[in-house]
Amino acid sequence: MKKRMVVVEGSYAVAHAVKVCKPHVISAYPITPQTHIVEDLAQFAADGEMNCEYMNVESEFSAISALIGASAAGARTYSSTTSQGLALMHEALFNASGMRLPIVMTVVNRALSAPINIWNDQQDSISQRDTGWIQLYAEDVQESADMTPQLYKIAEDEDILLPAMACMDGYILSHVYEPVILLEQSLTDEFLPDYSPEFVLDPKNPMSFGAFADPSTYTEFRYKQEKAMGVALKRIEEVAWEFSEKYGRYYGGLIDGYMLDDAEIVIMAMGSVIGTIKDTIDMLRKEGESVGLLKVRSFRPFPADEIRKALKNAKVVITLDKNISVGKNEGALCTEVKACMYNRDVRVPVIGFMLGHGGRDIPVSTIVKMINKAKLVEKGIFIESEFADLREDLA
Amino acid sequence: MKEIRIHGRGGQGSVTAAELLAVAAFEDGKYSQAFPAFGVERRGAPVTAFVRLDDKPIRLRSQIYEPDYVIVQDATLVDVVDVARGTKPDGFILINTEKSPEHFKMETKASIKTLDATKLAMDFIGKPIVNTTLIGAFAGVSGLIKPESIKNAVMERFPGKVGEKNAAAIQAAYDMMEAHR
Repeated sequence: MKKRMVVVEGSYAVAHAVKVCKPHVISAYPITPQTHIVEDLAQFAADGEMNCEYMNVESEFSAISALIGASAAGARTYSSTTSQGLALMHEALFNASGMRLPIVMTVVNRALSAPINIWNDQQDSISQRDTGWIQLYAEDVQESADMTPQLYKIAEDEDILLPAMACMDGYILSHVYEPVILLEQSLTDEFLPDYSPEFVLDPKNPMSFGAFADPSTYTEFRYKQEKAMGVALKRIEEVAWEFSEKYGRYYGGLIDGYMLDDAEIVIMAMGSVIGTIKDTIDMLRKEGESVGLLKVRSFRPFPADEIRKALKNAKVVITLDKNISVGKNEGALCTEVKACMYNRDVRVPVIGFMLGHGGRDIPVSTIVKMINKAKLVEKGIFIESEFADLREDLA
Repeated sequence: MKEIRIHGRGGQGSVTAAELLAVAAFEDGKYSQAFPAFGVERRGAPVTAFVRLDDKPIRLRSQIYEPDYVIVQDATLVDVVDVARGTKPDGFILINTEKSPEHFKMETKASIKTLDATKLAMDFIGKPIVNTTLIGAFAGVSGLIKPESIKNAVMERFPGKVGEKNAAAIQAAYDMMEAHR
């Protein structure tokens, strides 16, 4: 496997993965902060390496709107955005999912203003939780790239037809140079079938997308989106295995575990912090600590059954959130993990830690500190939720 | 795992140096990871970049707090940035300067190595761009990466005459610093 690897920037690896998925239309707004993803794609298109329409538009709102039109016309579509750009798309994200358009977009996760901050956290995509988009979170560059064909296959499934976000941590994954295997065109052609939707905008056969729905029918549109998410729960796992058979790489489908089965303390997280947690677990296991990891790969659809099953032997759970619902004093993962256990037999204490906001680094020592706090639970000291990396001198 | 921290000023190619080290080390059979200390980059402002090298895939994604090796592209940074922070007794700090190591009084148990990379870069490349010369010197002092791998990485990034001139500077710096291992 190592022989086929090259050292490239994370953004390039993703752009290359997009290229081999052969999208027909790419639309992007090259604001700062953007990433090299759309820059590299623009280069591929200009060099004739891609047979696609590359649209440079005047805002992120236009970028997603253009893709909605193109996708409704039957095109495979792609964009990449981040932070304020994603926030500006917010309104149209509902249109994409409501019209059941399988747009795939890489979200390079970055903090939202104010104060102005260009660094990594996951507030941007978490804030789009209820827009009806599938959301997967990547652990490293290879997974960020490999998610692209996986998500096209899931999103374009005729029983799903939902747009999807591949979320990768800004800078930490988008700007890192590390060894990856660039996705092979031949394998991707075999893995990902052509997109040929049954219903398209076509002047020869006129039809409406996203048309008026009064109270007598609107609810059923929402219900069907929810049903499609239910199908996606199964397909995400299946497609992860289909990908593994074809390319030889697997990162978990909905979730993944690391030293999980016998772990008393289970850390739950999403994104690039997973790697640092794995190293921390190896270190603590050598010292005899019973610590494990439950990686959440799919945040939407939310894999409640799988999470409950994975936590059945846990004594205490720690959730890591690079986001906060201000006014709830919790991150979204914490809230959802708690909620999925409330009416069930599995009721493990959950401590919600918020950290890594606006690019604050997450060293091993911060993870050890959280685990030590989790150990206090058996002594009757329980923390509901807190910022794990607060600077006391500024707080 | 070996960890490297590179200090430079915006425009000196510190991030490029880190990337080239990662590419070269991978060619030598090691796993590698290179990333900048993400900042708002301005020409002349202090910039930091990081490299990790290991025999197995690298999962750790925090910044580097206890580097085995430090590379300083501009000696004036020593007065502004704590370039010795977190250094180890068996490591080194490689500084681009015409001065000798004794000139630098800093709190570190790491050894200090110096090299007039600016002069070498002027002689071989004709420009005071020292990043490639310094990673050649780093390969010489550390013995971690073959000079051929560094030269290949540089020539792939900068094809043609520019790459060849840089390769010559890299070899000269390597030869000069190999004795200081």
